[in-house]
Amino acid sequence: MTSTSAAPSIDPRVLRAPHPVPGAPNNWRRFLSFNTDAKVIGLQYMITALFFFLVGGLLSMIMRGELITPAADLVDPTVYNGLYTMHGTVMLFLFLFPILNGFNNLLIPPMIGAPDMAFPRLNAAAFWLFPVFGSILMASFLVPGGPSGAGWWAYPPQSIQNPLGHFVNGQFLWILAVALSGISSIMGALNFVTTIIRMRAPGMGWFRMPIFCWTAVAAQAIQLIGLPVLTAGAVLLLFDLSFGTSFYRPEGGGDPMLYQHFFWFYSHPAVYVMVLPVFGIFSELFPVYARKPLFGYQVVAIASFAITFLSLIVWVHHMFYSGTPQWMRNVFMVTTMLIAVPTGIKVFAWIATLWRGKLRLTTAMLFCLGGMFNFIFAGITGIMLATVPVDIHVGNTYFVVGHFHTVIFSTITYGVFAGIYHWFPKFTGRMMYEGLGKLHVLLTFIGSQLTFLPMHAAGLLGMPRRVASYDPEFAFDNVLASLGAFLLGVAMIPFLLNLVSSWVRGEKAPPNPWNAIGLEWLLPSPPPAENFEQDIPTVISGPYGYGLDRPLVLDEERYVAKSALGG
Amino acid sequence: MTTSTPDATAPEGPSDHGHGDHGHGGHNLTGFVIFLLSESVIFLALFAGYAIYKTSSPLWLPPGVEGLEVAEPLRFTAVLVSSSGVIALAEQALHRGRLWQFRAWWLLTMAMGAVFLVGQGLEWAGLPFGLGDGVYGSSFYLLTGFHGLHVLTGVLLMGLMLARSFRPGNYDAGSVGVTAVSLFWHFVDVIWVVLFLLIYIWKS
Repeated sequence: MTSTSAAPSIDPRVLRAPHPVPGAPNNWRRFLSFNTDAKVIGLQYMITALFFFLVGGLLSMIMRGELITPAADLVDPTVYNGLYTMHGTVMLFLFLFPILNGFNNLLIPPMIGAPDMAFPRLNAAAFWLFPVFGSILMASFLVPGGPSGAGWWAYPPQSIQNPLGHFVNGQFLWILAVALSGISSIMGALNFVTTIIRMRAPGMGWFRMPIFCWTAVAAQAIQLIGLPVLTAGAVLLLFDLSFGTSFYRPEGGGDPMLYQHFFWFYSHPAVYVMVLPVFGIFSELFPVYARKPLFGYQVVAIASFAITFLSLIVWVHHMFYSGTPQWMRNVFMVTTMLIAVPTGIKVFAWIATLWRGKLRLTTAMLFCLGGMFNFIFAGITGIMLATVPVDIHVGNTYFVVGHFHTVIFSTITYGVFAGIYHWFPKFTGRMMYEGLGKLHVLLTFIGSQLTFLPMHAAGLLGMPRRVASYDPEFAFDNVLASLGAFLLGVAMIPFLLNLVSSWVRGEKAPPNPWNAIGLEWLLPSPPPAENFEQDIPTVISGPYGYGLDRPLVLDEERYVAKSALGG
Repeated sequence: MTTSTPDATAPEGPSDHGHGDHGHGGHNLTGFVIFLLSESVIFLALFAGYAIYKTSSPLWLPPGVEGLEVAEPLRFTAVLVSSSGVIALAEQALHRGRLWQFRAWWLLTMAMGAVFLVGQGLEWAGLPFGLGDGVYGSSFYLLTGFHGLHVLTGVLLMGLMLARSFRPGNYDAGSVGVTAVSLFWHFVDVIWVVLFLLIYIWKS
């Protein structure tokens, strides 16, 4: 990279320069450079994350191939342990967190009228850690002993065993990758929060901000509070594994339970780090495709922070069966159930938004509707799991696996797909094919129900998770789940085909193809490097003014006309 | 570091709510304060872990270990804590435009940080237990070492700021870097006071 691109933000001439950031190549190669443009970084995150989504999906299909018969015949049980550990780690740390950071990068600056993030270079550095820790995690397939088999929780004592005695082993690389991912996420979180606090367009008070930005702040606050705790826990784990300390070794006076506390203090809220932006996406998209203002905007906004707060005081519900005292179980059962209140508020707000709306069933809208439907189901099983007696019965069974996949895949990943279909035209300047999109929706919806519903049934009957072989009585449910998983694999074909061919030769996108209201839709598609540059609009009303016939910004016609020219 | 990123991507525009030039430093300081708050949670987690071990571990002090010598560490603690006052003097000198006075106080703060680190090294070298001696040894070395790493970072950052103070026109756009490092130094001090109370003063 050249010296000009190292300091693009200092030279005042640079500020006025048009797309792209000067010094950066104006072609696909900018995606391989240390580019400080949030829109380039956003796409870098998304493309890399989608690659790891395919890796994680491949791992899951090998697992489902193993589980299609009761015997452990396709892969060795040790390999199976590595597969589920890596599947979970890849999907969370290399797919969902990064792809949502991609959305944050693409959406936050244009939505609040900022030219870029508050710290563009920190932003690029945070992104470039991602391929580094991604490669470190993948490298654990190549070390002697293979990848970590301790599950994505990495509970000691299993995670502090080092039977082969190599310093660089699968678990070591796992900890290293997760720690780097944490550093990258904290760098990102600092940036998103500072940007939203300090760089909003004139007139955009907190209660004129799109819900996506509210949920981004709420989610990133969790990163800032929770990730340090995971980092502390992971450092202690690394010392126990590699330097002979006794933090989690009972024989040295240590306590393996402390790790579970450290881990879940972050990793339960981490689910909200992922689901909150998806709530944001739902809240953005339902008004667009129902042509109605978001019902209860202010309450939905505040509910995001209620979720942030509650998410930090529920973690022990993952430890009901880990020798937790009864009083603690009771307390955490109640706090866990309380989360249903703010999430329920959001669901009711979405339904009220849809009520008597003029629904346009685009691909994005179908994914939102499917995601909300699945989320309601997952919410019900979530309340079941929060109940101590039920959890002790089904904890560590496939019921739990079914529940959280309904959240992580059938809600969060649906939201990610919806967001991609909705904002793809804005950031690539091309429309996606609706036909392929609807095929993608159909296959994904059938595939996810077929995969995850039977898991609930098998779990209620007592099938434990994380096993390569199982009792033949569970065979029927597992065959269904495996067929569903392969169908989900097939569903990726129209999606990828759609992404690539739309980007290469899709129809050119107008500035506002969905007739949506929001600052990002007042920009050309794709927006110039510094969004509104010097001409930042003044916001004069709240978001989602569908059917209200009021302008969002001063001089709205001028911005609309300008965006039509600039595309 | 955030301080080395003169953040001009937010142009002198309305997006700063009229903070103008001041606003750029404002971004950096906002970001840095958020970082410090987040960093303090790591220490909170480690303190909580220490307290849990101390109150509940069946094996605490390693055999033959009575506890820690307090007098010597107390002296080094005094040096570190008073350096927080010295760095405040340095900042004050900078605000008054007395550059050489600033450099002198700043260098003294660095020296006090270095003295603390040397003191910690000497203490480590003379202790009868090691990192592998049960959860007590593990926690002692991890906590003091992790804090020491922060002291070292602080001294290095101060060195960077000192070197930069010789650049002509370095403070034309404000002195956010100095403010941020000074904040970091106070943070490191406060953490040490809590650590000292937990590790040296709190007897079971």
